Amino acid sequence: MKISQNMASQSSSVFSGESLLLLALKMRTFIALFLILAFFTFMVPGFLAASSVVIMVKHIAINAFLALGITFVIITAGIDLSIGAILGFCGMVAGWLITKGIVLPMFGIAIFPSVWLIVPIVLVIGGLIGAINGILITRYNVAPFICTLGTMYVVRGASMLLSGGETFTGLSGNAQLGNTGFELIGSAKLLGLPYAIWMMFILAGVIAYIAKRTQFGRHVFAIGDNEHSAELSGVKVRSVKVWVYTISGLCAAIAGIVVSSQLVASHPATGVSFEMNAIAAVVLGGTSLAGGRGTIMGTLIGAFVIGILADGLVMMGVSEFWQMVIKGVVIILAVIIDQKQSRLQHKAAIVQQK
Amino acid sequence: MSQANADIVIRAEKISMIYPGTIALNEVDYRVYRGKVNVIIGENGAGKSTLMKILAGVQQPSKGTIYLNDEAVVFQHTRDAAAKGIGMVHQELNLFGNLTVAENIFLGREKQRGLLPLDTAEQHRVTAELMARLDQDIAPSELLSNLKVGQQQLIEIAKALADEADVLILDEPTSALSKTEVELLFKVIRDLTAQGVSIIYISHRLEELMAIGDHITILRDGHFQSEAEVKDIDVPWIVREMLGSDPVSNFLKPGRKFGEPVLDVKNIKLINEMGHTLVDDVSMDVKSGEIVGVYGLMGAGRTELMECLLGLQEYSGDVDIAGQKVTAKMDTSDRIRLGICLVPEDRKKNGIFPISSVSNNMTISSLWRRLKHRFSIDEKAEAEAVTSAIGDLSIKVSSPDIEIRALSGGNQQKVVIGRTLLTSPKVLLLDEPTRGIDIGAKADVFNMMVTLSEQGIGVLFSTSDLKEIMAVSDRILVMSGGKLTANILRSEATESALVSASAQGL
Repeated sequence: MKISQNMASQSSSVFSGESLLLLALKMRTFIALFLILAFFTFMVPGFLAASSVVIMVKHIAINAFLALGITFVIITAGIDLSIGAILGFCGMVAGWLITKGIVLPMFGIAIFPSVWLIVPIVLVIGGLIGAINGILITRYNVAPFICTLGTMYVVRGASMLLSGGETFTGLSGNAQLGNTGFELIGSAKLLGLPYAIWMMFILAGVIAYIAKRTQFGRHVFAIGDNEHSAELSGVKVRSVKVWVYTISGLCAAIAGIVVSSQLVASHPATGVSFEMNAIAAVVLGGTSLAGGRGTIMGTLIGAFVIGILADGLVMMGVSEFWQMVIKGVVIILAVIIDQKQSRLQHKAAIVQQK
Repeated sequence: MSQANADIVIRAEKISMIYPGTIALNEVDYRVYRGKVNVIIGENGAGKSTLMKILAGVQQPSKGTIYLNDEAVVFQHTRDAAAKGIGMVHQELNLFGNLTVAENIFLGREKQRGLLPLDTAEQHRVTAELMARLDQDIAPSELLSNLKVGQQQLIEIAKALADEADVLILDEPTSALSKTEVELLFKVIRDLTAQGVSIIYISHRLEELMAIGDHITILRDGHFQSEAEVKDIDVPWIVREMLGSDPVSNFLKPGRKFGEPVLDVKNIKLINEMGHTLVDDVSMDVKSGEIVGVYGLMGAGRTELMECLLGLQEYSGDVDIAGQKVTAKMDTSDRIRLGICLVPEDRKKNGIFPISSVSNNMTISSLWRRLKHRFSIDEKAEAEAVTSAIGDLSIKVSSPDIEIRALSGGNQQKVVIGRTLLTSPKVLLLDEPTRGIDIGAKADVFNMMVTLSEQGIGVLFSTSDLKEIMAVSDRILVMSGGKLTANILRSEATESALVSASAQGL
């Protein structure tokens, strides 16, 4: 009797231990964020000072735009390598429109659109490049990795061609041409916080809403989980996928506008390998590259972890080379933990079901 | 004794196979005659596959002994069986299209010594010999993917023969073959038996068995039922022995009333990229409140017909759903909104979203029904719909938020059925709805179909199980080779009529 009681209490404690572990694993991005915050606060004096936090979050926002955009792509078990290039191209288009205007040689004039027009034009261009990715992938059955690798080169080449490799400078515009104000997107503040930070939170909110509360969001998850079933359940798989890549391109365009506005210049090589940081943030946030699983909140936190890690190491004076090594290790660790969690979760579900 | 056994190559005595919860084989005695075509037949779940897997060394019996040429043998592995000359050709071909014929035949036992290169010449020589034995003009260096399905089947046989197989088990070898390819296979089988090879032949196509078989063994519910020489028997006898004389259970109450047709199909034709006609000029209807069963063998075109109705294939012909004409450009989601819905055959591949919750699995097809301001999902209405569906279908689940893959097969199937019901369908298509679920869940599924039909839904379901089709259909359609070969009321149907209709044109 005593033994059986012992056993019972033991097994229940094992079980609660396991469910505690599961909870810890589920919250792991939070925990990681907390741990690195604590670590850097301890190691770097003044790490949590308001001014340095704002600068850090501004850096994070760029990666967050890309990561939020690519999250849907990854949930459908796709990938988008072209977002860094789209970011660069969109910045170049904005710079070109401000400095050179739309040249109409037959009339011998150039039209200089206002910033209110430039921003939507650039967003549409970003979205269109994404849509082209989507169409190539769905209609011509090109694997997403290869397709977006191809568009990455094409788009990067196109941004070089736009200026012949030169940088567009002086994006603050000309009052006489009525196209001033572009730099405000990057520098202006609302309630003490830069626009970019507000935009990041708003975008995260919108994307999270789409993911959770709209048909489109559910369809994205369904496609990633089982594309055949999705097709049979009446999900318009092709059109959803085209939209998913369009959103990714659109978010890259937002990031492109913010970056070139912050620098008040656009350089054709901006955004090289940014896609890797975005993918890392998404994966850190618990989204599975195999598709079907992921959260927007996770992506946002993932972007924070990557950003704080990068800036914190800089502030600590760790060499750039070691930063790379550490970032790589963190990403691999995150995936190992993710695998562990998904196995545990499955086990827990079966236990709960019995 | 030895006199009587001279013709018997394999004798299995009192073979039992016990799984937790079920007995797949119960003290089965089985004999294989030398140089003959030994046919084995039985309903799905009668135990034929299990018995064959035991003979081929894939599984080990819980009890019983196998005698090969009067010598007791134990096969721990397929290699042991192969070493003793027993080869098996599985229903699904295990070949590689990117390799040559010779490479396929020698896969895993390549002629190679140490670090020397492959002895391709020797492999080709042996392959050429095998091809000559099978009377086939196939070059050993031909890529497998360039061969027709029938020829690929012969390569599988050649693979077994390369192991010097003395006994060859063919598991439904003709299910994917055309008529001429079947003829070819039969010729090869006759040649092989003339060479002294013993064949064990599993098939559901009774006409075929009558044509090729010498001895027939019938299993029923894991028991040995009877054995006979094919020349002494006929198809009705086989059906009787296979199904037994116990009355088929009937889930339908008498006096069922049907309304207007909710599904009206005219001259549907589907031709695939290879030019094969998969659905051949099928016309039929389902009335509101009626359960129509489609019976047919594998490859008869049942699944393809349902895929056409749902707009997953490009077909020609007219479809009306609930009196509304369906145009060719309407895709699956448009058709679902018109009131047709499908519970697919392969639940794992086409049915469930394994890592999504039960709730999301259930509502994915009907999100458009529960929107606020035509945009955002009404989560309260969604939760209510899920809870009531779980109750109605008596799904055993601890919480609707649990991942569906944690559920049993029967409960997963119920969730998939629940998904279709939440779209409020007028026509419900169920493709082999009872595949891979246990007996209790089967009865649940049938009762559910009856309840739904009483609510005025037209139900069209397919099965290759005679008992099932008789148990729950108001009307029975039989398909064979893509054609509709029978359309009879349940009350006028007999098992042997269905069987012969299912073999028409083969």
